[in-house]
Amino acid sequence: MSNPQQLRYSKEHEWLSAAGEDGVSTIGITEFAANALGDVVYVQLPDVGSTVSAGDTCGELESTKSVSDLYTPVSGEVTEINEDVVNDPALVNSAPFEGGWLFKVRVTSEPEDLLSADEYTAFAEN
Amino acid sequence: MTDAPPTPRRTALDARHRALGATMTDFAGWDMPLRYGSERDEHTAVRTRAGLFDLSHMGEISLIGPRAGDALDHALVGRLSALAVGRARYTMICDDEGGILDDLIVYRLGDEEFLVVANAANAQVVLDALTERAGGFEATVRDDRDAYALLAVQGPESAGILKRLTDADLDGLKYYAGLPGTVAGVPAMIARTGYTGEDGFELFLAPDDAERVWEALTEAGAPVGLVPCGLSCRDTLRLEAGMPLYGHELTTDTTPFDAGLGRVVKFDKPGGFVGREALEAASRQADTVAPRTLVGLIASGRRVPRAGYAVVAADGTEIGQVTSGAPSPTLGRPIAMAYVDPEYAKPGTEGVFVDIRGTREPYEVVALPFYKRER
Repeated sequence: MSNPQQLRYSKEHEWLSAAGEDGVSTIGITEFAANALGDVVYVQLPDVGSTVSAGDTCGELESTKSVSDLYTPVSGEVTEINEDVVNDPALVNSAPFEGGWLFKVRVTSEPEDLLSADEYTAFAEN
Repeated sequence: MTDAPPTPRRTALDARHRALGATMTDFAGWDMPLRYGSERDEHTAVRTRAGLFDLSHMGEISLIGPRAGDALDHALVGRLSALAVGRARYTMICDDEGGILDDLIVYRLGDEEFLVVANAANAQVVLDALTERAGGFEATVRDDRDAYALLAVQGPESAGILKRLTDADLDGLKYYAGLPGTVAGVPAMIARTGYTGEDGFELFLAPDDAERVWEALTEAGAPVGLVPCGLSCRDTLRLEAGMPLYGHELTTDTTPFDAGLGRVVKFDKPGGFVGREALEAASRQADTVAPRTLVGLIASGRRVPRAGYAVVAADGTEIGQVTSGAPSPTLGRPIAMAYVDPEYAKPGTEGVFVDIRGTREPYEVVALPFYKRER
């Protein structure tokens, strides 16, 4: 399992892309988390326009066997959610770092303990 | 309850599961494969082609002796002495209050030999109860939990796959029957039983032979798309087939009549049996005041009802409880089994909801099973 180098990661197994010029980052869950969940069958994402705070619950990921809270790794305003993944939650399993992204946030602040790809790989494998 | 052993038990196929990259899970003290890849793909394979399961955690108990059938008649709610050699029956073992200790499959292997298959979590309870209840009968209860590995091949292609590995007369083998034979050159009890709603076979064999038979089935099944399957898809398969699961639909607080399975209780057998008085009362009660009824629920939306969630009416009044729920790969929507008040049990009843973590989601009431294979 390889975690893309250009992303940063939280210990809650979300990934975060570098912010674009508009200050917006894309957020998803890692392949490790997707595998641990099993087939994802339902995702509930935060409302566009809502404000989220790093570490807070902002949605739900439901798999065949379990329900898991979705956390946001950063604070800011939700600018977009991935409608494709709402309609086809299996994208979280098949393309966690690409088509299975979850939501975008215009970041106002982020915690200092986000991990690099290598740090996250070491964390997830232990 | 007995204490679980400190380390999980492993089946004879443990190394094979790990080599296949299975996600393992603790199940009743056993380290068992949950899934090898996608549980949805495994489910679909069983519905359309074939799946191979390791079920060696199930508990086998033999009853042997001239009065083994009578001992089972006394110990269980069914009439096993009437079972023909080579046939199998679904039955239950109840306590004095009529509560279900476990649901069982009993095979009659000979005039004086029966094989009882208990759920892994209840195997010790069943073994203890059978040992006690068989006292006074000319019958020996033998703990055969370590004597057998159990493989299941399930799905429409399963007969074709197995035929390539055995000379046993599979065409003559009816559903709920078993016969001794050889599979891939090793002795096995071949039974046409399963827990998936599909045609299929369960193979009871020596643990030392399990690897060889697994490999032979894998090879013989490859051309028709057989895949290894874990416990996760076994649960969605049995749920679609409307089959109860101990600990969910069946508990010691439930009688067979509460579970809508009163037909397994045979009052017309000679001699008393454990739980008889309580079950007669439960039967009379069920005739006058209908108990909560086990129904199927199909979701309109995508959120999955889980065991223990409340079934509610439009005004929020609790009218039942979910016992099992999962997204159904075959129906493409979440489904559940639930006990509901009888006035809400009729298929098509309007105004039935499940409280899913604070949100009231609408559900359609349907008769079980959700899925029935074409024969």
